[in-house]
Amino acid sequence: MPAASPIYNFLVRRNYVFLGVIFAGAFGFEMAFDKGSDRIWDSLNKDRQWKDIRAKYVQDADGDDE
Amino acid sequence: MLARSCLRSTRIVGAVRTVAVNTSKRAASTASAAEASPFRLNMAGGAATAVAIGSIGWYYHLYGSDLHAMTPVEEGLHPTAYPWVHTKWTKTFDHQALRRGFQVYQEVCSSCHSLSRIPYRSLVGVTHTVDEAKAMAEENEYDSEPNDEGEIEKRPGKLSDYLPSPYKNDEAARAANNGALPPDLSLIVKARHGGIDYIFNLLTGYPEEPPAGAVVMEGLNFNPYFPGTGIAMARVLYNELVEYDDETPATTSQMAKDVTEFLNWAAEPEMDQRKKMGLKVLAISSVLFALSVWVKRYKWSAIKTRKITYNPPQAGRHGRGSH
Repeated sequence: MPAASPIYNFLVRRNYVFLGVIFAGAFGFEMAFDKGSDRIWDSLNKDRQWKDIRAKYVQDADGDDE
Repeated sequence: MLARSCLRSTRIVGAVRTVAVNTSKRAASTASAAEASPFRLNMAGGAATAVAIGSIGWYYHLYGSDLHAMTPVEEGLHPTAYPWVHTKWTKTFDHQALRRGFQVYQEVCSSCHSLSRIPYRSLVGVTHTVDEAKAMAEENEYDSEPNDEGEIEKRPGKLSDYLPSPYKNDEAARAANNGALPPDLSLIVKARHGGIDYIFNLLTGYPEEPPAGAVVMEGLNFNPYFPGTGIAMARVLYNELVEYDDETPATTSQMAKDVTEFLNWAAEPEMDQRKKMGLKVLAISSVLFALSVWVKRYKWSAIKTRKITYNPPQAGRHGRGSH
């Protein structure tokens, strides 16, 4: 890579920044991945989970039952 | 073994004798073996093949089949496999069915069977709300901590209490059930061959009356799916036995299906987490596998695409350093 791109210069050139990028990237990826797979799971299991039928059985609107 | 070796030895003797006869015949008549007619050769070949196939078949008939120590009656009828939705890789339990199944357990099964590993708190968020679970727990009495005089008093149940068992202990359960112990149902789906299919078939498989010739002992009931076919539990599920609060028609098979699914949840409450994590692992590792294949091809591309050329020395020119 003869002419390094500005992104490369910014993220990878200094080691402590690169380490931070890796950690933050892992953190962010895991959050996004978990959220996305939960969403896929919920769409595959539509109307089968407790949260889909819970409204039928909750009497008063206290939010403490989960 | 001795008999077999004897047989072999007589056969060898016979072979030797025929060889001797043949050689003597041939010496006498000076006819060569090549002049044997093709028909007789074909006959001999065919007969040898038939004998070989026949002996293999006879041997297989004697020793090839499986041995069963138990009769089919003792094994029990194999349960029919049903297309359960919740056993698919991406499907959870139908939680409405779990709620109905818990109702069936509580109104029917719990008069004999315990479910001792399930606390009321684990029903919260699965089949019931907190308030419902608390109300159910409070209907039962449990031993409290010793008070100031060291007496143990009774207190109403809490969410952390386990479902009460119908009998104090196994001996009491046996005494009340003609010597037969109703098993705890917490892990019964994992504990029986055939799992949910077996339980569903058992619950719905009671015939109107035992088939002709079946021996049913006193106090037992006939069920073909139960190993031994004599089961102490009588048929309990009949149409309209319970009244579902979601107005599902309470047929025998509906109740059996609901309670089986509920018992599957009781045995494997972690199923959702397990399936979710498994799918995530498959997703991540398939990406990593594709990446590793790509890296391997990238690294090897230089080696795979190189060419080795060989320039042979030209003929007619002698000496070294010809190029």
